[in-house]
Amino acid sequence: MTVFERRLLTRDRGAGLLKKLWLVPWSFVLLLCAIAAVGYVALYSAGGGAAEPYASRHALRFGFGVVMMLSIAMVDIRVIARLSWPGYALGVALLVLVAVHGEVGKGAQRWIELGPVQLQPSELMKILLVLALARWFHRASWERVGNPLFLIPPTLAVLLPVGLILKQPNLGTGLIAAMVGGAVFWAAGVRWWKFALILAMAGGIAPFAYERLHDYQRARIQTFLDPESDPLGAGYNIIQSKIALGSGGLWGKGFLQGTQGHLNFLPEKQTDFIFTMIAEEFGLVGALGTLLLLALVVLFALAVALRARHQYGRLVAVGLGVNFFLYTFVNIAMVTGSIPVGGVPLPLISHGGSAMLTTMLGCGLLLSVHVHRDVEFGATRE
Amino acid sequence: MSRRDEEHRRSVFTRRALLLGAGQFGLLGFLAYRLQKLTLEEGERYATLAEENRISTRLIAPPRGRIFDRGGRIVAANALNWRALLVAEQAEDIGATLETFSHILPLSEAERARIERDIRRRRRFVPVVVRDFLSWEEMARIEVNAPDLPGIGVDVGTTRDYPWAEHLAHVVGYVAPPAEADMDDDPLLALPGIRVGRAGVERFHDRALRGRAGTLELEVNAVGRVVRELDRREGIRGQDVQISVDAELQKAVRDRIEEGTSVVVLDARNGEVLAMASQPSFDPNLFSSGISAAQWREWTRSRATPLINKTTNGLYAPGSTFKMVVGLAALEARAITPTERIACPGHYDLGDSRFHCWRRGGHGSLDLRNALKHSCDVYFYEVAKRTGIDRIAAMARRFGLGVDLEIELPGTKSGFVPTREWRIRQGKPWNLGDTVVHGIGQGFYQLTPLSLATMAARLATGRAVQPHLTHALGGKPARGIQAEDWPSLGLPERDLKLVREGMWAVVNEDGGTARVARLPGNLGVLAGKTGTTQVRRVSREQRERGFRVESQPREWRPHALFVAFAPFNDPQYAISVVVEHGTSGAGAAAPLARDIMAEVITRFRAPPSPAARSAEARAPLLAGAPAGSAAPEAAHR
Repeated sequence: MTVFERRLLTRDRGAGLLKKLWLVPWSFVLLLCAIAAVGYVALYSAGGGAAEPYASRHALRFGFGVVMMLSIAMVDIRVIARLSWPGYALGVALLVLVAVHGEVGKGAQRWIELGPVQLQPSELMKILLVLALARWFHRASWERVGNPLFLIPPTLAVLLPVGLILKQPNLGTGLIAAMVGGAVFWAAGVRWWKFALILAMAGGIAPFAYERLHDYQRARIQTFLDPESDPLGAGYNIIQSKIALGSGGLWGKGFLQGTQGHLNFLPEKQTDFIFTMIAEEFGLVGALGTLLLLALVVLFALAVALRARHQYGRLVAVGLGVNFFLYTFVNIAMVTGSIPVGGVPLPLISHGGSAMLTTMLGCGLLLSVHVHRDVEFGATRE
Repeated sequence: MSRRDEEHRRSVFTRRALLLGAGQFGLLGFLAYRLQKLTLEEGERYATLAEENRISTRLIAPPRGRIFDRGGRIVAANALNWRALLVAEQAEDIGATLETFSHILPLSEAERARIERDIRRRRRFVPVVVRDFLSWEEMARIEVNAPDLPGIGVDVGTTRDYPWAEHLAHVVGYVAPPAEADMDDDPLLALPGIRVGRAGVERFHDRALRGRAGTLELEVNAVGRVVRELDRREGIRGQDVQISVDAELQKAVRDRIEEGTSVVVLDARNGEVLAMASQPSFDPNLFSSGISAAQWREWTRSRATPLINKTTNGLYAPGSTFKMVVGLAALEARAITPTERIACPGHYDLGDSRFHCWRRGGHGSLDLRNALKHSCDVYFYEVAKRTGIDRIAAMARRFGLGVDLEIELPGTKSGFVPTREWRIRQGKPWNLGDTVVHGIGQGFYQLTPLSLATMAARLATGRAVQPHLTHALGGKPARGIQAEDWPSLGLPERDLKLVREGMWAVVNEDGGTARVARLPGNLGVLAGKTGTTQVRRVSREQRERGFRVESQPREWRPHALFVAFAPFNDPQYAISVVVEHGTSGAGAAAPLARDIMAEVITRFRAPPSPAARSAEARAPLLAGAPAGSAAPEAAHR
């Protein structure tokens, strides 16, 4: 970036749209397209070798998502920062709304009907929480962050939505939201020992928490510990998923040749278990390739964070990066039988509108941080 | 915030962000390791599991082998069973479909309950039998109404058909679904709808008749629906069995006899069973279509025991038909000489006991030949006393009495011949009086009609022939159908000849006990021996009052027995007839034996009819007539 360009942005708030588009890292957009293409191929296979019903809709949603992402990327980061708390309030309101009026799905109240789209407020909440926390820590100096009293409001800001999500009940998303919040705290400079203290406390109350879990959640944890104990019941998904993954071998069974997927041994192959579909048909090579593409998104978020010249942008990038990372990690760890099964989709690859919407929203915010990385925002001068 | 503060904050952020990144990439590395482990290190194991998931091997039931009689007539066939099936997922409304169906062919409440239970238990694409054994008319009615019966289809299975029904039921047996006890290592038995032999030849040759299962490898999906066929290996159909019994002869015999009568006709030279009839019998076809509980109760509780083959499982004292064995034992032990005479005053005294001859006035002085001819009891009381029970028992066993004859009918009884040792093992003494009684075939003997026919065959030929039913198996002649297959009994021909002459005199000489049994016309000469065995003891008081058997209730009357062989000069056929409560061997059993023997000789002497010849072409292996007599001139001299 030339000095001239930077000046353009720093001096002139209303920098031209074209200039901003110029600043968009198109290689990143290309990366997202590549991941979505992997998703298209996998969903084409999951649809039994047809674009309908999954792949075509996936492509459509992604196209819509790209437009939305680029639109958000054009919005000045300071405008976004100013909307952080109102956004947070909206998210909490939506969570309360699903708790009261939400549709019952899979024994939990998670969805809300917004016209034609189904929305999962808990997904949206994670992003809004990142924005709110980043806003809170934006002007906080190292010393200020060291003050425990200063940490009380943001802690409450995390606990309120996390509590609402856990109450739905949605253990997986609730824990991810807490971890995303924790990551922002960490990046903002909250002291080591406070994290150690929280972890120790969490370890202390875990047994009591386990007691309060729902039966299906406990079953998931037990099944994780010993999947073969109930091969036709709760353990079936994990076993079939591992069989699909393992039987792919190095090079896979070939496109549309996956027996586990095509003969319906894989549960929910178009959503949570889409990764096994890829691994079965394209082998270890395909699986690691997909993992690499997803890792590059995490790397990009880190780069954006390090490159931003304002704390708000840094924290937002870290939070969104961790959010994306956790999606990826939890999903793949789940299908490889490394952690208990939870309904976490694989970003940009799994079929599903709500997940695509929130992922693209996150990417849009990330791009906005990047495009507006050098804007005068906060205490960059004396 | 000061510039220094900002820089400090930024450096903290950078450090922590990099740490966070390192943690994230460490975890992603862990995932990569997990993937590598699953696909490379354990890949083969999972590949096998995936194949097991995908491929379902099913067995194809081979057609069961058929059973033919010695004339090539089919006696156990595989008939087609047309049945109506319902595929649940193809029916929009199962209840409505069944309702419509019951207007066409009424379904009972129980049937409907069974169908609905089957549907619930199986996957929705698995057909469920609605109705078995459809007639052509019923099938046509279903087909015509097909548009109103969504989900209903007609298909064809097989069922066992026994065209000779009750005539051969005891020999051929029947089939039924396998019970727990039938389960062996044959995977075929796991197939739904499979039948195994439950009795008779069907059971004895079950393994050969069953054949070997074919396999069908199918690709199935997670719910078990077949996606496509991968590989098909046809099974081996069951071997055909040809039995030695002649179905038409068997029918003729059965038409001639009444309830409680058993008849066994053997080829005396090789032991082949030509007819084996036990009245009453049962219809084995009822087992194929599923027997009702009421029918089963009726059969098992009936005093006439239709399910029991009395020729192999009925036990009788042989009475006077046993006297040849006693005579031969005495001759071998040199207890008597062939010409030695013993006086019969009508009774025999041993200590305080008096044993009566059947003829109150006595027979006077008799040698062995005439003692047999007149069936003198006193002669054999004395001979038995001289010979001893153990020698008699040993000779009985040489004639196939009280031993396992190894006939191809599972569950056959061996019968029983008492010995001194057996009695002592029971903790009771063996008295000389016991020996005397056993000399005339009374006492503890329990013998089957089959073993008596075997005895007659062995007397006729001097060979240790064993009765058997398998004429050919899988198109190859069975072992034991040549006379030379059987060893000699090792008895002097002179002794045998003497006993045979006694049997000849019984039938063919004036004063013989069974003159009635002479064969008519030019059918040759029959030799035999009567037997009459008491089922109730006759007391002295009754005897003095002038006891008359005819005045007794039927179940108190003696059993009537007759054993015979023919023709006398070249024995080919042996027969035993047992008429329960027939009163007298000469009166009830001998005429039956005569008529049946005449039928046998006539049937096998006649050249094969054109019909029989064409049957020959169909049958796997045939002998129109019993072994060694295929040429007409050899059949009878």
